[in-house]
Amino acid sequence: MPAQAPRTLFDKIWAAHVVDTLPDGTALLYIDLHLTHEVTTPQAFEGLRAAGRKVRRPEATLAVVDHNIATDETRRTGIGDAESRLQVETLERNVSEFGVPYIPLLDDRQGIVHIIGPELGRSLPGMTIVCGDSHTSTHGAMGALAFGIGTSEVEHVLATQTLLQKPAKNMRVSVDGDLAFGCSAKDIVLAIIGKIGTAGGTGHVVEYAGDAIRALDMAGRMTVCNMSIEGGARAGMIAPDQTTFDYIARTPYGPKGEALEGALRWWRTLPSDEGARFDREVTLDAHAIAPQVTWGTSPEDVLPITGTVPDPDEAGDEARRAQLHRMMEYMGLQPGQRLQDLPVDVVFIGSCTNSRIEDIRAAAAVARGRKVAEGVRALVVPGSGLVKKQAEREGLDRILREAGFEWREAGCSMCLGMNPDKLKPGQRCASTSNRNFEGRQGQGGRTHLLSPAMAAAAALAGKLADVRDWQPKGTA
Amino acid sequence: MQAFTTLTGVAAPLPMANVDTDKIIPARFLKSISRTGFGQNLFYTLRFREDGAENPDFVLNQPAYRKAEVLIAFENFGCGSSREHAPWALLDFGIRCVIAPDFADIFHNNCFKNGILPVRLPREVCETLMDDARLGGNARLTVDLERQVVVRPSGEEIPFDVDPLRKHLLLNGLDDIGQTLQHAGAIDSFETRRKAEQPWLAG
Ligand code: SF4
Repeated sequence: MPAQAPRTLFDKIWAAHVVDTLPDGTALLYIDLHLTHEVTTPQAFEGLRAAGRKVRRPEATLAVVDHNIATDETRRTGIGDAESRLQVETLERNVSEFGVPYIPLLDDRQGIVHIIGPELGRSLPGMTIVCGDSHTSTHGAMGALAFGIGTSEVEHVLATQTLLQKPAKNMRVSVDGDLAFGCSAKDIVLAIIGKIGTAGGTGHVVEYAGDAIRALDMAGRMTVCNMSIEGGARAGMIAPDQTTFDYIARTPYGPKGEALEGALRWWRTLPSDEGARFDREVTLDAHAIAPQVTWGTSPEDVLPITGTVPDPDEAGDEARRAQLHRMMEYMGLQPGQRLQDLPVDVVFIGSCTNSRIEDIRAAAAVARGRKVAEGVRALVVPGSGLVKKQAEREGLDRILREAGFEWREAGCSMCLGMNPDKLKPGQRCASTSNRNFEGRQGQGGRTHLLSPAMAAAAALAGKLADVRDWQPKGTA
Repeated sequence: MQAFTTLTGVAAPLPMANVDTDKIIPARFLKSISRTGFGQNLFYTLRFREDGAENPDFVLNQPAYRKAEVLIAFENFGCGSSREHAPWALLDFGIRCVIAPDFADIFHNNCFKNGILPVRLPREVCETLMDDARLGGNARLTVDLERQVVVRPSGEEIPFDVDPLRKHLLLNGLDDIGQTLQHAGAIDSFETRRKAEQPWLAG
């Protein structure tokens, strides 16, 4: 047998899923796991119905509601907004008609689709995973090829369990060295996006590598992969290793016993081979990363918390200057303003980027024994019912509540202005979510993206703050 | 899906980079369960003022561009959320072609599935077309998918690239699913093989 050229993690997973290749090189790619939620599926199920088609493999599909729902006690009494209610009811009707497994709103396992896939042990190494949601890249942290698709493609996967895809290019982002004091996975990924820009990964699948990535726990890896799309990448992934395998062993539905042994044998062959070729390489020094915060309306507009708002007139070309001026106006900022002086109205700790138990622990560690600043509304929204229960077992809800944070039910919440948790026009928010686009958290809302610990510090300070000045009490 | 062959129409200039899909259609308008009706909320925050009145400065509110069928923009058009509601909103408004230096991947995909042609052309060419578009209703562009050219009002032809499979599907208004189901046999055997080799995936 001829020796095979060294391959990347992406190449291997891709090759293992090609069902057929069309004459022009387009692959028919097999999809192992299809996650669905209420917003991007109604038209897909409607399409199936109109064409008299079935869901090919309901058991490879999982549905949950997350975007539209309330995160307070009103979820028990029914969804107030008629359109949101119709969308949720439509999903419920579709899953029962097509036989798709569904986690209902009041189930303990309910949560944000990208939190529950890995948490339940459904998202596994070597898989192809899709969802009608751009943050599907999150599941790449498991060592899977996971990417977001549109509704037409959702319908295509439901009907055929495949997608028509052109291979992506390989890009490697290596982060080496020890992460500096006060920094977390969120700071790494914001720094990466600041470096490569929001279109930096277009057409590529990014593999995150380097010892700073290896050192992250699964939650941190998911945070990094989650924001791959904010760097324009089709997907982000991290090679599976012992950290991954230990995590899977603790999940309720992950393979066990003999099945796990078989799976492990394959999973261990997945990491990129020595000498594999990447079309693009980027490196960062972990130690040089300081706690990050975005100031503009694109995730690439990010600075260390010690920074000041830039001067648009110093930007190179006219289009960029115009864009910066618009951003400043929208964000209510002046050139030269210190980021640390910006008062916040709302703090949001949640979203598929940062709502795992580790994120809540990080926020609670900072909040413990302190108080949310007067006039600030601070929400903590666990990513799933299981995360919520775990946090309550650890007493984190009590610490946060005593500090003045709201402790909510699981859902997308204030990550996007689609459910009752919204910013009001002009409100400034320190948010652990992933997008700071105009109006993302509610019309006219002003978003600053940062890590959970930084968000907690902002809640206590009443303004953007350097978490290094807010170290946990009583643990020194 | 509606086929796309040749289109001659008014092009609207939108000289912005990184137009994200939240900007094309904000999240609060995604609650409909149908594919139509999104056009009225296209570019909502740019198009309407806070009191709900039209913003006369926004290009699509100007008389010359109310019936625009082509949109010219700058880099990274359609970035952000995967929402197919973005092309649905463009289509519902009447836009059948977007020309930009590059597009975000998912949005680019979604356009083809809905009979919208995304055309990638270098930044300088987009700037030239932007200038043409600024001439308003008198300066119609032609986009000819069969011949893969954009024809400027001056008659100059600008060639563009398009993936052959996508071109074929779009020219004929074909649905991908029908195409894929011709491979049903290959999918069956793939599944049988995987089930034997990787039983933990059985679900
Ligand atoms: S938390 Fe935000 S980014 Fe994540 S799936 Fe929900 S809306 Fe999308």
